[in-house]
Amino acid sequence: MSAGTGGTGRHVVGRHVVVVGAGPAGLAAADAALAAGARVTLVDSAEQPGGQYHRMLPDAYEAANPDVLQHGYNAFEQRSMRVIGHRRSTWLADTSVWAIERDDPSRAPLVHVLTGGLPRERRTLRPDALVLAPGAHDRVLPFPGWELPGVFTAGAAQALAKGERVAVGDRVVVAGTGPFLLPVAVSLLEAGSRVVEVLEAARAASATRGWLRKPWELAAQAGKTGELASYTAALARERVPYLPGRAVIEARGDGRVEEVVSARVRGDWSVVPGTERVTAADAVCVGHGFTPRLELAVASGCELRGSAPAEVFVEVDGEQRTSAPGVYAAGEVTGIAGAPAARAEGAVAGWFAAGGDPSARTLAPLRRARDQGRAFAERLAHAHPVGREWPGWLRGDTIVCRCEETDYAAVCAAAGDPVSSEARVARLGTRAGLGPCQGRMCGVTVAELRARLGAPDPDPAAPHRRPVAEPIRLAELAAPPAEREG
Amino acid sequence: MSPRLVPHATDPVRRMETPVTVTVDGEPVRGIAGQTVAGLLLASGRTAWRATGSGAPRGVFCGIGVCFDCLVTVNGERDVRACRRRVHEGDAVSTQARDERGER
Repeated sequence: MSAGTGGTGRHVVGRHVVVVGAGPAGLAAADAALAAGARVTLVDSAEQPGGQYHRMLPDAYEAANPDVLQHGYNAFEQRSMRVIGHRRSTWLADTSVWAIERDDPSRAPLVHVLTGGLPRERRTLRPDALVLAPGAHDRVLPFPGWELPGVFTAGAAQALAKGERVAVGDRVVVAGTGPFLLPVAVSLLEAGSRVVEVLEAARAASATRGWLRKPWELAAQAGKTGELASYTAALARERVPYLPGRAVIEARGDGRVEEVVSARVRGDWSVVPGTERVTAADAVCVGHGFTPRLELAVASGCELRGSAPAEVFVEVDGEQRTSAPGVYAAGEVTGIAGAPAARAEGAVAGWFAAGGDPSARTLAPLRRARDQGRAFAERLAHAHPVGREWPGWLRGDTIVCRCEETDYAAVCAAAGDPVSSEARVARLGTRAGLGPCQGRMCGVTVAELRARLGAPDPDPAAPHRRPVAEPIRLAELAAPPAEREG
Repeated sequence: MSPRLVPHATDPVRRMETPVTVTVDGEPVRGIAGQTVAGLLLASGRTAWRATGSGAPRGVFCGIGVCFDCLVTVNGERDVRACRRRVHEGDAVSTQARDERGER
């Protein structure tokens, strides 16, 4: 790639690009920005790059074969070493963005970060361009008993298996919707758990329609489909039942999960009466898709697209530019599309954030891959939609907000009460979303439930507004900041 | 039965195990270097280590630092996400209850 910031022989200091998130999108962004001549600061809350997709074992494990747990490990490792070892890059591991400050509306915002252990070091980054690639976390719809120990998000089970070699249980049920359930089940098998069954709420017809429509798009995502085929083969080898059209509707146990109740669900996820069945399990791993981590984009002033609470993402143009000056976005925050699409988006974002040449020949294949990734995302959403009748398995005393233990009855009462029909008032009244996780777990769900109950919040960004993105202690705020970066 | 560590001898990633001992509510618990507090607690057979406002037990849920269900006190520091904090030799881990926060 040709440097976009200066001619050969001249020493030109490039733009300063700050990339938040070192998963597939962020690493690709950093790599492309460096190739375009920028100075890059890459920030991630983990100790190692990779994000959740390339979840790494800790250094202390000194693993001889880390690649056995990873798809595409070699390419990832090469890119990661190239980025971190680059003379124009600064790698801020174990670093969280706690605030975004829009001090000058005409340029990229200031990025306030905290690094390391106690006391964490406070620092302010002043980027010429900011690339947001914070990824997503599992979405889990509430069901009775989902707060019991032994109920994990699908991502937690995978993170523990891949990142620490901990198997979360002996008899595990994997449930929810989407292709991510497959690698989770395979990770569990690999770690020595018995996967009793994988329950995919989408009916076979819906999944098939979604996946078989426009098959040429799939060919373009060959990396992804090959990966999925290998998971399917692994499950078949171990004779793990994969049951479409079935959902976990309750977890039961005394102080921890002992059994789950599942039922057949229709296309809209309404429960088919009489199809309930009890399965003994000591762990349940659940994922109903993903929630993009939008708080930094919202704090940066980026416009969002979509109106249904679970379908809100950052709006970007063909160059991954958001509506906020100097702010780019890539990866799952622009739409849930998986690692190949995130890598392509990241590379486009990093290149343009660095002021790279818009006519560079390397851009064409990246843009193509990005567009194919978006088509894949749409297909995914079609194949695995969250059925609108899921609240049918809730009971009045089912916990909706895990932090504050707000139950479904309280959410319903607030939505029906004219005084608290306004979302902010309801939040104060029910306390849903006001606990330590700041509504990350329940925010989208509460917004969805309230919309159903006739009290929609007109602001789609509301579940993602967190002016303080990361808890900061008073002592850390009071301590003088480390030197401000230019 | 309960969560556990993949046995070292048969783990295909071929890793090292450096023993670490911490205390959990005063009781010594052995783990290995590199584990998070959550990983160590799970591998020691514990599934819950926090009580909510209503007294309900909680342990790990999201595993990636988002849900704040797994909060513990480490060496006197409250509200540490167990899934994000690596263990160190001699760490004093204590379980906590929400109402100790004095928030309600």
